[in-house]
Amino acid sequence: MSGLDMTGLTTGPAQVWGGIRLVPLLRDAPVAGLRLHRDLGTAAEDDPDDPCDGPWRVSYVPHAFVADWSGDGAHGAAYGTRLGPGSGTADPVRIPVSPRRHLTRRVREQGRRGRVPRATDRLRFLPLQLALAGYLSLHFRGPSTAWDEWSRSALQRGLSPREEAAYAGASVPGLGEALRVFEIHPRQCGVLLYAADALAAAFVVPHPADYRALHGTLVEDLYGELVYQYAYYARPLPAFEARLGDGRSVRTTADLRAAARRAETEWRRDHDSILAAGLLTDGYRFERVYAMDGFTLQRFLPGFVPGREQHIGELIRDHKGRTAYLKTFRLSEVQVRRGHLLDALHREDWHPGRTAEALGTSVEELARRIRSAGFGSLLKHG
Amino acid sequence: MPVQSAGSVRSAASARPVPPQDPTETTSTGELRAGLVAAEDLLLFVNAAITATGQREFRSDAAEQQLSLAFLHEYVQVNHRSLYAAALALDINDHNAALIVERLLRTAREATAEQKRTEGRLIAARLALLPPQRVYRLFRALRTAGVNNRRTRAVQRDWLAARPDLGLDAVKYRRWLKSAVRHSHPPARVLDSGALSAGRAGELGDFLFRPGIRTRYGHPLLDAYRRAHYEQQAVYELPFTVAEGFAARHRVPRERFLERIAPRMTRLEKLRTTEATGGRTGERELSELPLTRLALYALSLPRAERAARRTVLTAALRSAARRSAGAGAGSWGRVSAVLDDSYSSYGSGVKRRRPLAVALAAHFLLEALAATYRPHWTSGLTDPLMAHPVGPTPLGTRILDALEDSPDRLVIVSDGWDNAPPGLAGEVLRLWRTALDPGRATAVVHVNPVYDAAGYDVRRLAPSVPTVGIRDAEDLPALVEVGQFTEGRTGPAELRAYLDRRTERFLRRYERHLPDEGRGRGGGRNGSGSGYDGGKAGRV
Repeated sequence: MSGLDMTGLTTGPAQVWGGIRLVPLLRDAPVAGLRLHRDLGTAAEDDPDDPCDGPWRVSYVPHAFVADWSGDGAHGAAYGTRLGPGSGTADPVRIPVSPRRHLTRRVREQGRRGRVPRATDRLRFLPLQLALAGYLSLHFRGPSTAWDEWSRSALQRGLSPREEAAYAGASVPGLGEALRVFEIHPRQCGVLLYAADALAAAFVVPHPADYRALHGTLVEDLYGELVYQYAYYARPLPAFEARLGDGRSVRTTADLRAAARRAETEWRRDHDSILAAGLLTDGYRFERVYAMDGFTLQRFLPGFVPGREQHIGELIRDHKGRTAYLKTFRLSEVQVRRGHLLDALHREDWHPGRTAEALGTSVEELARRIRSAGFGSLLKHG
Repeated sequence: MPVQSAGSVRSAASARPVPPQDPTETTSTGELRAGLVAAEDLLLFVNAAITATGQREFRSDAAEQQLSLAFLHEYVQVNHRSLYAAALALDINDHNAALIVERLLRTAREATAEQKRTEGRLIAARLALLPPQRVYRLFRALRTAGVNNRRTRAVQRDWLAARPDLGLDAVKYRRWLKSAVRHSHPPARVLDSGALSAGRAGELGDFLFRPGIRTRYGHPLLDAYRRAHYEQQAVYELPFTVAEGFAARHRVPRERFLERIAPRMTRLEKLRTTEATGGRTGERELSELPLTRLALYALSLPRAERAARRTVLTAALRSAARRSAGAGAGSWGRVSAVLDDSYSSYGSGVKRRRPLAVALAAHFLLEALAATYRPHWTSGLTDPLMAHPVGPTPLGTRILDALEDSPDRLVIVSDGWDNAPPGLAGEVLRLWRTALDPGRATAVVHVNPVYDAAGYDVRRLAPSVPTVGIRDAEDLPALVEVGQFTEGRTGPAELRAYLDRRTERFLRRYERHLPDEGRGRGGGRNGSGSGYDGGKAGRV
């Protein structure tokens, strides 16, 4: 299977704010058996009136969420999304982060945001550079170093040579405001985020309560350079307003209702086939990371075709292959080209001659491209 | 910087080229056009003046609101001065009333003698309705702006002379009164009038400007203020807000202080402190509150508490609605309502749940006004007391549901951001008018509690449906009357006549009481003249 299976998710009516368009993804019924890890979801769950909130066996921790899992006040960032048992005792693999710096951030965030009252024993934000570098290093192949060692050096000396530019959601113009005024649907389990009508990110969770808990965190996520630029230069977008025609065929309110329903279906079809086409194409390569109780955690890479919309991401599928959790990151053109290059190198096992041949170019040209992509230090000179 | 334009606000704002209009043009079409533009501008301005308070709203911040509102004020004041003044007679909110008065006084020289006369009467009548703290703030603004013409002084003198007890003001609004007196130099007889005349002459002047020169005052409040500095007992003779400071100074425990000061509190002060200290507001206090205020109070309670006090709250809301409906109760026939409880009805941190409270209050008011009534909340809510701002705004679908009841009247209470799907409400209403109900058997009106800063108006749903701004649900019947002018079926002449009628009624109501007792809003020492609450009933 080389595409994303979005069965069970229907596209809702979009909400526009400035240059940002947010398209909600709705589920008729939440995915059974999978929920946000209890430590993270305390604010959203335990609603006794919610019939969907049944027992669940498997929990997940999204990538780069920082929490106090150790119980002794040391904080860690989740490196890659994790699956665990639902009881909440599992300890995800994490990168220790400097507690002093982050504690001050936590205090500030608590004062600033009026959202969910945060439990004092956990905090939630992306350690930006670490998360991004980690995220991309999860996806881009190539010679990799042990993460712990590498992250330490990254903290001390910056992320060279594997530095990737990305922007926190808060710095994407208008995104914070768009997320704030967005009205979450009752059945909403995901969102597609467009900047100037270019798909910036897709985010899907199994349960509406999980979505409500994590909606605000979209502003703390990372977005590609392209998203930043599009949002920066975007003019206010028009809403796709419903059009019901001239009403010649409308005789009763039932006709009117039917026309309204048709307009809704049309929007759904147009959106899925035009706006979201770049995401819903085939050509992804999935890497299975973890499986548990019928759920599999996978990472996917696009075909790295230069000139086309490309997303990388993580997803959790249920036993039928349907998407329960999804998080994508849109690559900029530069990143796509770099990925293309690394991909080709990886395929040929880093042999310059064979790679150059595969790319239809010379070894010198290949070396130039590797250097200009920021991987010069990997080349042996001479 | 005056904003001169021959076109309407919209065209002026959107910089669309407007065909120049000769001001001396006297042809009937020219007059008609000017009249139409004026009518459109006025309705737009009134919508803004009812809803906008220069505070943050869900979708725009305070600065945007203030900028937008300032433009609108400037535009209307320059282009339609007499209409601008006449807006004082309508149900506009206090914030805008104060702004209008300030602007009129600042630009007195632009008015003709006739205009000045009307403006003077309107200003006096309106100031009498405003809460005193707003008026003092207005006086301060005039002082800051350096406006001290004869009219301004006269307005201040008359207002101060009409205060029921300047002694209370001197204690409660000490700095404000001082500033006003320093600015306008009212004659000594004004400062020694009323309760102060019982004391010794010149007492107030000494209190304000030469504290400590007298060993005792004849006016009980002034004297209590003096004694409160060293005597705990005297604290409880003062108004609540003043006493609070002294109580802190004397280190009186909060509970004891609140218990003993209770008789000095205004209604709203009682409401606030009771909830803050974990007490419960009794049935009697609730029954005194106006409808929208009551709705705001009910929504401020956690849902569990609302459920526990369901009977009390519902009874209070019902009786407040019946009081507001008055003689009109049951006269509206079959009514359906579409009420917006989407996430945006939360409003903002400073206008918390205001749009939702208006919808809730409208729900109970319509229930009282209608013979048969059916509500349709956007979230599908069936228990209005449990209303909570959540979810999207599927206005179109709900309007369809409501139209299926085939009501005589459809009332939509919403901020106009129809987003699930966007634009459906407008389309449904358009087709309903053109294809299904061309005979206008159903009257549709949209009331909107939120000022849209970018559009210089409240947001509309469809051109065929009148949209009016609303601040308090109690004004709904009067607003429905105004709504007919926005439909475009009545001409500017009717609007003008309506406005004159309202102005006349407004002035008569005020001036009839002029010779005898309370020209103000009859504030006693108990502080009823200090709340934000009363006074609404006094408006037309």
